[in-house]
Amino acid sequence: MYNFDFVKPASVADAVAALAGEEAQPLSGGMTLLPSMKQRLNAPATLVSLTGIDALKGVCREGNMLVIGAATPHAVVAKEAAADYPALAALAGQIGDPMVRNRGTIGGSLANNDPSACYPSATLASGATIVTNTREIAADDFFQGMFSTALHEGEIITAVKFPIPEKAAYAKFMQPASRFALTGAFVAKYADGVRVAITGASEGGVFRWSEGEAALSSNFSAEALNGLSASADGMIGDLHGTPDYRAHLVGVMTRRAVAAAH
Amino acid sequence: MPKDGGIGASTKRREDLRFLTGNGRYTDDLNLRGQLHAYFLRSQVAHGRIDKIDTADAAAMPGVVRIFTAKDFEAVGGIPCGWQVTDKHGQPMQEPKHPVLAEGKVRHVGDPIAVVVAESAEQARDASEAIVVDITELPAAVDMKAALAADAPKVHDDLTSNLCYDWGFVEENKAAVDEAFANAAHVTTLELVNQRLVANPMEPRVAVGDYDPWNDQSTLYTTSQNPHVIRLLMGAFVLGIPEHKLRVVAPDVGGGFGSKIFHYAEEAFCTFAARQLKKPVKWTSSRSEAFLSDAQGRDHVTKMQLALDADNNFTAIRTETYANMGAYLSTFAPSVPTWLHGTLMAGNYKTPLIYVNVKAVFTNTVPVDAYRGAGRPEATYQLERIVDKAARELGVDPIALRRQNFIQPDQFPYATPVAVEYDTGNYDATMDKMLEVADYAGFAARAEESKKRGKLRGFGIAHYIEACGIAPSNLVGQLGARAGLYESATVRVNATGSISVFTGSHSHGQGHETTFAQVVADMIGIDAGQVEINHGDTSNTPMGMGTYGSRSLAVGGSALVKATNKIINKAKKIAAHLLEAAEADIELKDGKFSVAGTDKAVDWAGVTLAAYVPHNYPLESMEPGLEETAFYDPSNFTYPAGAYGCELEVDPETGKVEILAFTAADDFGNVVNPMIVEGQVHGGLAQGIGQALMENCVYDADGQLVSGSFMDYAMPRADDVPNYKVDHSCNTPCTHNPLGVKGCGEAGAIGSPPAVINGVIDALQRGGYSHVTHIDMPASPSRVWAAMNGK
Amino acid sequence: MTKVTLTVNGRSLSGEAEGRTLLSSFLREELGLTGTHVGCDTSQCGACVVHVDGLAVKSCTVLAQDVDGASVTTIEGMANADGSLATIQQAFQDHHGLQCGFCTPGMVMSAAALLKDNPKPTEAEVRHHLEGNICRCTGYHNIVKAVMAASGQDVSGVGIAAE
Ligand SMILES: Cc1cc2nc3c(=O)[nH]c(=O)nc-3n(C[C@H](O)[C@H](O)[C@H](O)COP(=O)(O)OP(=O)(O)OC[C@H]3O[C@@H](n4cnc5c(N)ncnc54)[C@H](O)[C@@H]3O)c2cc1C
Ligand code: FES
Ligand code: FES
Repeated sequence: MYNFDFVKPASVADAVAALAGEEAQPLSGGMTLLPSMKQRLNAPATLVSLTGIDALKGVCREGNMLVIGAATPHAVVAKEAAADYPALAALAGQIGDPMVRNRGTIGGSLANNDPSACYPSATLASGATIVTNTREIAADDFFQGMFSTALHEGEIITAVKFPIPEKAAYAKFMQPASRFALTGAFVAKYADGVRVAITGASEGGVFRWSEGEAALSSNFSAEALNGLSASADGMIGDLHGTPDYRAHLVGVMTRRAVAAAH
Repeated sequence: MPKDGGIGASTKRREDLRFLTGNGRYTDDLNLRGQLHAYFLRSQVAHGRIDKIDTADAAAMPGVVRIFTAKDFEAVGGIPCGWQVTDKHGQPMQEPKHPVLAEGKVRHVGDPIAVVVAESAEQARDASEAIVVDITELPAAVDMKAALAADAPKVHDDLTSNLCYDWGFVEENKAAVDEAFANAAHVTTLELVNQRLVANPMEPRVAVGDYDPWNDQSTLYTTSQNPHVIRLLMGAFVLGIPEHKLRVVAPDVGGGFGSKIFHYAEEAFCTFAARQLKKPVKWTSSRSEAFLSDAQGRDHVTKMQLALDADNNFTAIRTETYANMGAYLSTFAPSVPTWLHGTLMAGNYKTPLIYVNVKAVFTNTVPVDAYRGAGRPEATYQLERIVDKAARELGVDPIALRRQNFIQPDQFPYATPVAVEYDTGNYDATMDKMLEVADYAGFAARAEESKKRGKLRGFGIAHYIEACGIAPSNLVGQLGARAGLYESATVRVNATGSISVFTGSHSHGQGHETTFAQVVADMIGIDAGQVEINHGDTSNTPMGMGTYGSRSLAVGGSALVKATNKIINKAKKIAAHLLEAAEADIELKDGKFSVAGTDKAVDWAGVTLAAYVPHNYPLESMEPGLEETAFYDPSNFTYPAGAYGCELEVDPETGKVEILAFTAADDFGNVVNPMIVEGQVHGGLAQGIGQALMENCVYDADGQLVSGSFMDYAMPRADDVPNYKVDHSCNTPCTHNPLGVKGCGEAGAIGSPPAVINGVIDALQRGGYSHVTHIDMPASPSRVWAAMNGK
Repeated sequence: MTKVTLTVNGRSLSGEAEGRTLLSSFLREELGLTGTHVGCDTSQCGACVVHVDGLAVKSCTVLAQDVDGASVTTIEGMANADGSLATIQQAFQDHHGLQCGFCTPGMVMSAAALLKDNPKPTEAEVRHHLEGNICRCTGYHNIVKAVMAASGQDVSGVGIAAE
């Protein structure tokens, strides 16, 4: 790693102020940022730790919304969201391994927008709202292609608001080495329709599978998807799977998610 | 019941105490006073001409002590290769120079160009970024067959081509083999890839060089499986330091699996730099660096054919293999696809005629050398896959086809057509045992049950043989080894009867400290706690060749038995003197010497004390003291064999394979510590299953390593593998070593890949995917799905 | 350099850390606690697992300064007060759950965290929990057995073919 200055503010305001400095970057769980800094792919002058800000932590229910603080570790979401939004809790419980879940956070995951990450699928499929220190961003506007989001320089995510669905589930097919999603499908059924978000598959990052949504909105059952398949165009092709394979998994994982939804 | 702590007992490991409490002493745990840190600047391109290296700016960076490039190594030798293979025309292989730091050209991603030595590791790395290296990138030779084309880029400009050697074995049999194929009733052909693997012991390599100018003594602490071999290669061939001025220490080592056999540039560098700078120099590999600098394994592309007569007897085998050497010849690389592979091509079968052709090829990739099994997994995989395929083509039971062609127990010793003589074995017995333990009889019902759940169940079988305990020195000398392959032990009995053993073998997980003590304690009849095993330091152990090829107990243990027998013989003479009896009448039992037929006795400690306090001692005819050294050079290899069965399910929707049960019935000869032997099999199985389903080291067309971290190189985790059922009750003791042991370290990794792949094919065939007759490893979900769907 | 103070295995210890100093380096190099190992640089292998304020974390992916003031337990702090092996450590020895020993500190720390949350895990739960800890030697069989045995479960039937 290149060296940097480390600061650990106790409030969002102090963090935002610190981030206004030259080449300052937020550090949350560090589970993505630190490995990439070890490869010397990032060279921030200052790292602003968010782990000391209590206001950024916690899971709480507000009406029909589940609000999760940006610096809430995956393990906490897995436990504390279980009653209100079990599919989201289950997703959090499948991220990485227990040690990763004890440190890694939802805010870090969304800000990073790894095309194979799990949280973006739940966020997009739930039509969640990303709350930052300056504004609220709808999930549909937030994800802008792999590793790219609507966040501005120095802007930090403070919370994510998830509308609680009637039924939902996440089905993840693991990449055998990294255990990120080779393809993951998050299906959420709301009164006004079904949303399906796919992660791991597309070169454009997380996306909504509109054919799947249309079919499921009229008939929420795995059978409704029979014969439907996603196009392999624009799918990721790598060591672990061809675009064809990923396109095929979109259908399989979506069906499995629907079957598991409750 | 074996005695606790004696031969045959599952004695708990004494070394565990330090490992379980964080008190192991691994090389990276060592920090010498005033130590400097080395960072290797490595090539980012697979092939290129170095036009300029400018270190001036870097040298001025904070903490930098000195920067080394190839210029500093002009007076120093290259990294030597320890095995010279002779090609089918009787010519020696092409052997390029392997400089410590790249000279003129870089030949693989990771080839070291310069080294920064600085006060801290981070400073060294910081400064390395200020080194200016101008490289003209050249087209890379990556694919082996393409690398042999006339117009292919040459990895080494001074060689005639990228062909290291073209080996034929047995060349004289070739015509007869071809004739047998012409006369065959059936010929089965299989083309397969034994993919490249990365050994990935969990401890990355580390080297710490130290130099004491007042005594002109160099010391290297290194993560090695064989410190004496490193001392010999580095001292004699690279740095020109005589043995008495060079000490090599391999303390606790966190796994090796072959990759820590070889002598590496970083070891020579740290030893050299410490002499130059008169300060300790340490290098610790990162995992990313390990992927680019540890020798890798396997990487064979093979076309194999099996000829059968009308009664389904195997009549001949013919293979053509391309074996990747990578950019340079690693220490034992040339031997792996040849002598460790061709000689095993008979397997457990009576096939009378065999011809093996191997073309070894230089490419712009990381060097390839031995990895757990080394050559024998490649042979076993080919054989056990093709026998299964033949059975399917002929519509016969693959088990019956194997049994029909097995070498029978009354045929031992059995000389194969590929130059080895098996001493013992009973292959039907291991096959029977495996089928029984695996409840093969109940498989059909279980397959039905799987079908109901929409899964395809399969059962894969493999029977392997391996040649271990490498090896008779005179034989390997004829075959091109540039070293002897004996092993050594010194048994030093102390005055009060405790024993310090010094072995040339090295333990990096195998538990020698426990098992070797069991052997000595059992022979003398004392408590194993009285025996301490020392290894890993050339300054106090006798010259030994180290641990690999499942040789420690078969060869090192035999040396230990020899030395202990010398001790017992001398102790009996002392006892005879003390008891005023004839030496022939002295018996040793349970640590007590007695005169046969009398109650006159002296205990072990009484004799050892007399040896060191020789007041009442036959000084005129015997030296005092009780210390003996023995070297043991085996008369043959040992031949462990076994039957493996893998029961698995394929998810037809995703192509994912789940292993439900794995059974191993091995014949290891006698077993000293069953607990440790089972553990060795478990570990081998996980690596073999990893190869079969997950692991794949891949380069792109430009020679960039695609699977350069655990993010892409799939290491088996706890939930990727099943519980294993292992049995070693079918046991035909080795006839030519004193313990009757055969070796168990590699078996699991040798027998399991074909068992898994045969199981995958079985599942698909039963499930109606009759067009799928082969899937190359790793049978990853995407590959299985693609094969099923003809993609 | 900044001073970092941790309560390590019950003792308050201080040392100097740069911004970039990882907890693993701080423990190994600054405090001399070399039982915590480093087996990778992509946060996958788990050789480096320690407990920070009671939670298992990968110390190679935590900045020393970020946990200033925390309470840390490493493998060196696992044995009983009288120096005898703790139940989980003893189970690893009894069931041959280690070979080279390099992954072992992380395995033990990870397993201890599991047993704290789930005192009687099933085999599948143990295997799943250990997914962040890579062992190249044992094939996991005996590790899983050791963890289950440490939880007081009978493991005599696990994978022994001949008995
Ligand atoms: C071994 C391993 C396995 C993993 N497996 C999975 C998996 O299966 N699925 C999965 O989804 N992920 C996986 N991850 C990634 C993990 O979930 C990370 O925790 C997550 O991606 C990043 O969160 P973090 O809190 O660690 O963020 P950091 O690493 O601290 O930060 C990531 C990025 O986000 C920025 N950032 C952090 N917080 C904020 C904020 N509040 N506002 C704005 N920007 C911010 C940082 O500056 C940085 O650029 C894995 C990671 C590891 C190491
Ligand atoms: S060293 Fe921490 S996960 Fe590998
Ligand atoms: S015991 Fe060697 S890596 Fe686990």
